[in-house]
Amino acid sequence: MIRAQPFAEAYLPRAELVADGIWLVRGADEPISFANGGAIANVAIIATDDGPVLFDAGVSLAHGQALAALALKVTGRPVARVIISHLHPDHALGAAAFAPQIVHSLPATRADLERDAEGFSDAMYRLLSGWMKGTALVLPQGDLGDGLVTIGGRALRLLALKGHSQGDLALLDVATGTLVAGDLVFHNRAPATPHANIAQWQAALDHLETIPHRLLMPGHGPFDRAREAIGQTRDWLAWLDASLRQSVASGLDMTEAGEVPIPPRFATLAFARYELQRSVSHFFPAIEAELLPKTAP
Amino acid sequence: MTTRLAAMIACALPTAVLAGPAAASTFPADPLDSPMWEFHAQRLFGKAHIVFDQAVRVQIPVIAENQRVFPVTVDARNLPAVERIVIFADLNPIPVAIDYTTLSSAPFIATRIKLDQRTPVRAAVLTSDGVWHLAGQWIDAAGGGCSAPPVSRVKGDWADHLGEARAAAWNQDGGQTRLRMTFRHPMDTGLVENIAAYNIERLTIRDRGGIVLGQISVNGSVAEDPAFTVMVRNDGHPIAFEATDSAGLQFAGTATAGALRMASANP
Repeated sequence: MIRAQPFAEAYLPRAELVADGIWLVRGADEPISFANGGAIANVAIIATDDGPVLFDAGVSLAHGQALAALALKVTGRPVARVIISHLHPDHALGAAAFAPQIVHSLPATRADLERDAEGFSDAMYRLLSGWMKGTALVLPQGDLGDGLVTIGGRALRLLALKGHSQGDLALLDVATGTLVAGDLVFHNRAPATPHANIAQWQAALDHLETIPHRLLMPGHGPFDRAREAIGQTRDWLAWLDASLRQSVASGLDMTEAGEVPIPPRFATLAFARYELQRSVSHFFPAIEAELLPKTAP
Repeated sequence: MTTRLAAMIACALPTAVLAGPAAASTFPADPLDSPMWEFHAQRLFGKAHIVFDQAVRVQIPVIAENQRVFPVTVDARNLPAVERIVIFADLNPIPVAIDYTTLSSAPFIATRIKLDQRTPVRAAVLTSDGVWHLAGQWIDAAGGGCSAPPVSRVKGDWADHLGEARAAAWNQDGGQTRLRMTFRHPMDTGLVENIAAYNIERLTIRDRGGIVLGQISVNGSVAEDPAFTVMVRNDGHPIAFEATDSAGLQFAGTATAGALRMASANP
């Protein structure tokens, strides 16, 4: 049983071995809040002969440091490489704990962070205050792209995708068949859409489904051994898109679109209502501009 | 102007001065315990009778995901003889967002407002017996909803689309027509450096014969590219509306109830 860390005024991440040389550090399946210190994203520790690869860095300096200490503890080596899957602060701002030259991402993610990281940092300091102490902006320096790389003797297939944001990196650990999906895949936790393009996201999920894998680590939610998380994420996105369009077409305004019934098949998705209402904010005005007819006197 | 002046006074004075010793006892205790309650009660309601009333439904999301565009729906159809609906946010620098004179329309309005910080968001509903019925709730919000420049100013295309109106109408049960209207407008608050206040000030809805069905007074704390949803009497004819902004420009449109054609929807 993998459990999220409790609030203890210090980050106390726990690592669960999920495949040979791969540990999952579970995030809380909640929105970012002071109570959880912003430690809501799943993090992967992948052992290599050069030292562990950390897939996502947490939300703050202290969080990144705690993850680094944990990676050292379970692998016996200091972190050799940090991969930032995408721009969102719960995954990216913990890069503050690492030397910039070992922090790598897709070029699109670095561009996203150059634009938004300062605003994210402000927002995180507002929500998390003391948890963010000392967190300075570290932009990823190394560029990653699609293709097979070998780090410390470990073959990792990098997948450069987009849809949850404009740069979403997933990776397949070839030896164990573990797909580390980042926020392209949510599991039993409703997907968040602040920078999403639903059509691109669906295409990315289609692509992930073609990647041979046995196990999947989602960006949020429990480890997926049953091959259900990709389909669940796709199902939610399809329903969300159709629901928002139907809401505009039937004359609802934003608050009403956020209160429509959520189908029972999504009952296992934590924070479904909350994420629906966020998604209304992200998408509704654009759908109105598309569907409501222009008028003149 | 009075709104803005009051807001400036509100910003300039400490709360203790505003509350004052004399004013304290004349208003019912605020269930939201807002630091600005008595100031707003005095200014908006004067000596009128005030009740906090569950019959007024103020519908807002659980999270202010975007403090520049925060949706609020007010449904007072459980109250008889409603005359006005005022939406206000206690701690906004421009507290009152809209003041809707409902006339023959159903007491229902949905719009989007800006939030400049954590604040109560409320509706005050005036019934014909002179009583104000209030409801609302606190919402947490990041700063800057009123004091950061609008997206279209940053993007620079606001003037290219100024006043573009979209509208549609749907027949509802009970002889009502739901009318939705959106406008492209920067809705400048005047609180952003070097950008003067510039906003839609009035939205009037009329039937085919020109009879006014409802009128909304609109302030700069309504969100950029404002949207309004109202319910007017259904007489089977097109409904006309016109918005007037603070430069005197008018943006007009019409809508006829019917199924919305989805032809423009992308596959």
